[in-house]
Amino acid sequence: MTKDECKKVVLDIIADIAPDEDLSNVKSDVRLRDQLQLDSMDFLDIVMELRKRHGIEVPEAEYVQLASLASSADYLTPKFNALAAKG
Amino acid sequence: MKPARIVITGVGLTAPNGNTLPEFRRNLLTGVAGIERKEIRYMGLQLAGVCHYDPLKYQKKKEVRVGTRAGSISIYCAREALADSGIDFDGTAKDRVGIYIGCTEHGNVETENEIYNISKFNYDTKFWSHYHNPRTVANNPAGEASLNLGVTGPAYTIGAACAAGNMGLIHAAQMLRLGEVDFAICGGVSESIHTFGIFAGFKSQNALATHEDPQKASRPFDLARNGIVISEGGCLYTLERLEDAEARGAKIYAEIAGYHVNSDASDYVLPNPIRQAECIRSALKRASYTPRDIHIVNTHATATPLGDIQECEAIRAVFGEDCPDTNINNTKSFIGHAMGAAGALELAGNLPSFQDLTVHPSINVDNLDPLCALPGLVLNQPKAVAKVDTILNNSFGMLGINSTLIVKRFVA
Repeated sequence: MTKDECKKVVLDIIADIAPDEDLSNVKSDVRLRDQLQLDSMDFLDIVMELRKRHGIEVPEAEYVQLASLASSADYLTPKFNALAAKG
Repeated sequence: MKPARIVITGVGLTAPNGNTLPEFRRNLLTGVAGIERKEIRYMGLQLAGVCHYDPLKYQKKKEVRVGTRAGSISIYCAREALADSGIDFDGTAKDRVGIYIGCTEHGNVETENEIYNISKFNYDTKFWSHYHNPRTVANNPAGEASLNLGVTGPAYTIGAACAAGNMGLIHAAQMLRLGEVDFAICGGVSESIHTFGIFAGFKSQNALATHEDPQKASRPFDLARNGIVISEGGCLYTLERLEDAEARGAKIYAEIAGYHVNSDASDYVLPNPIRQAECIRSALKRASYTPRDIHIVNTHATATPLGDIQECEAIRAVFGEDCPDTNINNTKSFIGHAMGAAGALELAGNLPSFQDLTVHPSINVDNLDPLCALPGLVLNQPKAVAKVDTILNNSFGMLGINSTLIVKRFVA
């Protein structure tokens, strides 16, 4: 999985949990909370959907890694690839 | 000191056969029921009253996703009632507004959904939603309405089984009289068709209706009645002290004339006609009425074989054979049993009688059960009458809670 593909995975989740938001111009390096109406429960949703849809676990201490699309991709892409490698 | 006069100034509702009071009333007068078949988890197609309002009229998609159906119904009904009341809500002190919503139950739907959800993950509770607690707290429907409306006064639910819709109004009247709030949004809501447990529970109790024609399934007082049609719905009113309503030139639907709430203390599920009659008599006494003063009695009857007979026994004990101007009807024959919303919706369906001098009928009575043959029953066709000055509304619930609410034509 590339980082761009990983960003798409995260954006797909956000599209479901924040259906009123326009996601066409989400800036990769800007904190998601600074450009979208997302609260702490929504971030828990992102964590839950990563778990449900992709089997990815994000420990609470590492939630901060999901602050922006870029940081999410940096953090999650190796997890996705490690999971894929495990088969 | 005489208690403050309390008036109804707005109505917002969603019923299986209407999403506004005019639409609901029109269907009650033209015999249009609103029952359909709905897929119920684990049980297949079941008869149910389903509401078809547009949640996005007053909620964002995210609010609908995060919240509950009961919360959504509450928001829809509250917003519709506020719009109908004509109040300048932006200019209203929100800390002086109370929201009092009757519920039969709350949390079954959301809990069942989560158990079903984790069943897909080998019952691993790490997949249990973080929204479960805010969705299932008993105050959820009122709380969601307070969030949507920005109301900072008291907002809570009143758990009173199927007597709850009346209880919302009664409690609001009490709070207005106590001066706890200056404006109340009150009534009842139900999301019960989204929990299989209620269907399965009534089925196990042999109290779930079946019929090949959904529109004929809910048939209180008919010999062939065989149980309850479960429905969702909501009806919220705006209530004000008369002086406040008059000061802003509000339209007034009706005045609260009397009410009573009591308990059977006799059985988990079986009604008690003696206590029901006591409840009705006490409401009449509070209103300073005799039975002859009541022009419409809206029954609670749910179409269970025994329950209808017992309510008829209670009504017969109070009204006897000598109330020539008392008409008796039933709204569940159109919309099924909307549980916590039932009392509030059924009152709303009758309120227009003050203006159109027509009593909506109980439909689906092909063969009247002789044990339900009360004088004054309005069956199958609406009845034009000379006078409607009073409406008495019964709502009874499990664990033996009874509520009777009487409203009267407003005369300044």
